[in-house]
Amino acid sequence: MVQLPRDNNQTDRLRAPVIRIGAWQWLKSNLFNGVFNSVVTILVCISLYKIIPPFVRWAFIDSLWLSTADQCRAGDGACWSIIPANIRFIIFGFYPYELHWRPTVAMIMLISLLFYSKNRNHWNTSLGYIWIAGLLIMGILMRGGIWGLTAVESDQWGGLPLTLMLSVFGMFAAYPLGILLALGRRSKMPAIKTLCILYIELIRGVPLISLLFMSAVLFPLFLPAGLTVNKIIRAQAAIILFTAAYIAEVVRGGLQAISRGQYEAAESLGLNYVQKMRLVVLPQALKIVIPPTVGILISAFKDTSLVVIIALYDILKTTRSVLGNPSWMGFSPEAYIFVALIYFVCCYAMSNYSRRLERELHS
Amino acid sequence: MQKGASSNATPDTEQGISFFNDRKIRAVAYQIAALFMVGLLGYYLFSNTVANLQRQAIATGFGFLNKQASFEIGESLIHYSAADTYVRALLVGVLNTLKVAFVGIVLTVVLGTFLGIARLSTNWLVAKLAAVYIEVMQDIPILLQLFFWYSFFYDILPAPREAIEPFAGVFMSNRGLVFAVPQWHPVYTYIAAAGLAGCIGAYVLRKWARKRQERTGQIFPVFIFSLGIIIGLPFVTWLSAGAPHKMSVPQLVGFNFQGGLNMSPEFGALLLGLVLYTAAFVAEIVRAGIQAISKGQTEAAMAIGLKRGQILNLVILPQALRVIIPPLTSQMLNLTKNSSLAVAIGFPDFVSVASTTINQTGQAIEGISLIMLVYLCFSLLTSLFMNWYNKKMALIER
Repeated sequence: MVQLPRDNNQTDRLRAPVIRIGAWQWLKSNLFNGVFNSVVTILVCISLYKIIPPFVRWAFIDSLWLSTADQCRAGDGACWSIIPANIRFIIFGFYPYELHWRPTVAMIMLISLLFYSKNRNHWNTSLGYIWIAGLLIMGILMRGGIWGLTAVESDQWGGLPLTLMLSVFGMFAAYPLGILLALGRRSKMPAIKTLCILYIELIRGVPLISLLFMSAVLFPLFLPAGLTVNKIIRAQAAIILFTAAYIAEVVRGGLQAISRGQYEAAESLGLNYVQKMRLVVLPQALKIVIPPTVGILISAFKDTSLVVIIALYDILKTTRSVLGNPSWMGFSPEAYIFVALIYFVCCYAMSNYSRRLERELHS
Repeated sequence: MQKGASSNATPDTEQGISFFNDRKIRAVAYQIAALFMVGLLGYYLFSNTVANLQRQAIATGFGFLNKQASFEIGESLIHYSAADTYVRALLVGVLNTLKVAFVGIVLTVVLGTFLGIARLSTNWLVAKLAAVYIEVMQDIPILLQLFFWYSFFYDILPAPREAIEPFAGVFMSNRGLVFAVPQWHPVYTYIAAAGLAGCIGAYVLRKWARKRQERTGQIFPVFIFSLGIIIGLPFVTWLSAGAPHKMSVPQLVGFNFQGGLNMSPEFGALLLGLVLYTAAFVAEIVRAGIQAISKGQTEAAMAIGLKRGQILNLVILPQALRVIIPPLTSQMLNLTKNSSLAVAIGFPDFVSVASTTINQTGQAIEGISLIMLVYLCFSLLTSLFMNWYNKKMALIER
């Protein structure tokens, strides 16, 4: 190696490295690096000081947790009592009171299934069968009518089970439909391609609420006289049709990301279209789009709250009807914070999971 | 077609493979089958609908549009009374939707950009607060947020008599937000015209400066001069009219405020909910856009001797905007579509007016078609803009 001439000035100017450890150093490099940042930090601290102590006082110190509505009105803290006093109605809606164990079991089953599916080692064909069986049992638990279970008509379903059902069944039914639409959109047959594009763009162009209106008002008109379909099923259909269009776009992204060579290799092996897609292309494409699919699941979950507008008793609507009760009127912040917390926990868990998955799949 | 090419495209027929295995014939058959099924489904639904409509004696067609609406609308940009027609009522609805969408989009972009930059701040506290805000807002349904803000206006804020006054001239009460605005004066029209003239002047100046730079290499300080023209012209107009500064300050008269500009609780709740919710998504887009530009770009720009402002203007922003604008546009469209949730809190947007119309006339098919048509127009306009933008901004490679 040739010894490069050294610039002596340069070496002299190099300082010893600053050891960035200790609380003081951390503060200095993260909160007070520069005049501007120091001013911002101080301003933020002041406003936090103005907001947080009164909030804590309202939410925890002065709050009442297990009291009557009248005691709440006397105090000036938060009235969390609205939740325990009405929890059964908020969670289960009009489901018969003595049968509440059934939706509870169904929800526990759903959550444990979700937790079981979190582990990627469990992803195989039998998991699919477990899910189908699980969903079937959950449906039977909710509906009743066999195995000596009392039948509960679906217009009595409500609360959290309804929210979960609309999103989970919506996702499960929309997924295959979305894949078909995506394949159709990528097809070389002009008629099929046009139909799929029309469907996807039409649905994505209108708000979900217009589809829900359609399910509530128009759907009965579309059916022959005498045939009626339950309101919940109609809303579920609207959610499925809506979600499918969004899934189709996500899946299309995955299909486009698969290189041409994969298609050609599959063709050269002599696979036909169905085999090519099922064995070669889709497994790769669907794997790429898992994170955005979870994103769709999150927005589908949030969007189920829109069924409030067509007067289905999901968890938001049950909460609102508790607030409509004269004795609990006016405690809306507490009630809404409770519902927001439920939504937040579910969505945060999902988005966190999707981020983790994204990291794992990338590496 | 040449013989060789056709035999290449359809080897099956050449080898005498049966009619049903020919790929082209199959494709045609599939398409005819699909079209036939869709047509059949359409016909089935259509015939059922016609039968049902006849049985229930519901009128069809858009004739109802010219009938008297006979319902009041809480707020309107144009003059409207219950004696007006349905068309006018629906127009009021469209204008209200556009009003919410326009104000909402402007505020969302400002707040979202601010949050996105805050999320990347070197200040730990600011970055964490922005991250928490983004995560929390994204995970709570927009409808729930709208209900929350609506109840904030009605349940938490006091009556006008005890209205909160956070700043001088701004009053918050359960009748909405009222704030002082300058008293109307004819000179404001001229000020607006002067502002417009300033913008045109700045545009012309920019073109001229660029031409001159290409010709001579000299850089003209466009930014300072444009700012001077855009702010200076209206200011001079204002001064020349004797600087009118009379304000219309809200006064409590009886049970409500008079004067000033009033924002109804419904509009306030809708705007607040939409802006706070969508800004969280916009912040993520802005953050991704900024992070998409590699450090090498900045360093390369520095290496060719550009100044900081130039680096931002000529190197970073054009590239970041290419990443940011497409998802940003779709968020704006989302905001517009989400504004249809106004129906849940009683703000008279288009969906809300249309659903009142449906309830009164019973003509659900026409009403829902109108809703879909209007929103489809919005998304069509958005995608036209997107196509134009993508074409303009597309990377020209080799």
